[in-house]
Amino acid sequence: MKTAKAWEAAATVCDPEIPVLTIEDLGVLRDVQVAESGAAVVTITPTYSGCPAMLVMETEILGAMRSAGFDDVRVETVLSPAWTTDWLSDAGREKLRAYGIAPPVRASSSRQALFGKDSVDCPQCGSCNTERVSEFGSTACKALYRCKACAEPFDYFKCL
Amino acid sequence: MPDADLKPETLFKYVLRLADDQLILGQRLGEWCGHAPTLEEELALANIGLDLLGQARSLYSYAGEIEGKGQGEDDLAFLRPEREYLNALLVEQPNGDFAVTIVRQVFHAAFMVPFWRTMTASSDETLAAIAAKSLKEVEYHLRHSSEWLIRLGDGTEESHRRSQDALEELWGYASELFEMDALADEMLDCGIAVDAAALKAEWDATVNAVLERASLTRPMDSWSQSGGRSGRHSEHLGHILSELQYMQRTYPGLSW
Repeated sequence: MKTAKAWEAAATVCDPEIPVLTIEDLGVLRDVQVAESGAAVVTITPTYSGCPAMLVMETEILGAMRSAGFDDVRVETVLSPAWTTDWLSDAGREKLRAYGIAPPVRASSSRQALFGKDSVDCPQCGSCNTERVSEFGSTACKALYRCKACAEPFDYFKCL
Repeated sequence: MPDADLKPETLFKYVLRLADDQLILGQRLGEWCGHAPTLEEELALANIGLDLLGQARSLYSYAGEIEGKGQGEDDLAFLRPEREYLNALLVEQPNGDFAVTIVRQVFHAAFMVPFWRTMTASSDETLAAIAAKSLKEVEYHLRHSSEWLIRLGDGTEESHRRSQDALEELWGYASELFEMDALADEMLDCGIAVDAAALKAEWDATVNAVLERASLTRPMDSWSQSGGRSGRHSEHLGHILSELQYMQRTYPGLSW
């Protein structure tokens, strides 16, 4: 009961860089445990090793947990199993699209294709006539694309 | 869990070597901020640097735990003198022009992909976890730098010449990546380390394929330089550290 309440509280925290996604949608929230004593441990995992949003998320988790009545909270970061875009929930993918960010196009794999090109649909007009401008975008988890149909640039959530 | 006979100092040094490689290369890439040829590449190089910095942080934190003397990631990154840095000489070489940076990146990423892939099977659970995380990142980096080298090599006369010059300039630093020594052998024997020498064939295949598509010529093996793994560095590392460590040295124990 307590654990469910704690999970609910932690799951309200959003990614500071993509504020339409909660850390639950992202698959960044891995586990919430509450001991008999009421002490809670929230386990999260980074999307990218250098993701600068992790510290902000940690602080916000502590705040959200406190507001829900959990005073003794620890946030733990784990690397294994490594996060992949498969951890994004379906709801999360739809929220991304609605927000103007193209969700990752295919299930990640250990693909070796050096020159694999993704076919990414424009989140604005839906056209598949798009091109990659840069493999890296405004944050560690995004690449930059351009739609040749509606001429709008857009972010693409990198497939990892 | 590591072997009972394993000395913590040995594992500590092994992890530091790995951490230092990622930190120093990440710092080098950060130097492009405000100077890259295009805005997109500025973002790209900073992003790659950020991934490497993240990997370095995980490795330094683990190194500090192994050492058990209360040193955290910041202590290890900011307070060691030059001779205690154990990175390969390749990663401390100056950025040069864009071609030099890209060639350095191809050399490093083409090595780290098989390195991390092999490390995922390490008997050390923490290193295996860091490896699984880092592998996906360096695969992406390799794709980026390879595509650029092909574009540059197969581009204009000028970009071709600069890329070939960059290859010749850095070629002698690549062989250090595959060096094994007593410390690495000991780590390999207890199932923790990667046999770096065994990765040469895959590195050759990756680099040769890129060079061929880029219409570039593989340099002859002639001179080579090493020493970084035992703390003997080129003149460049001291300059990197003076910038990297300035704040911590000037205001010890500072926090934001």
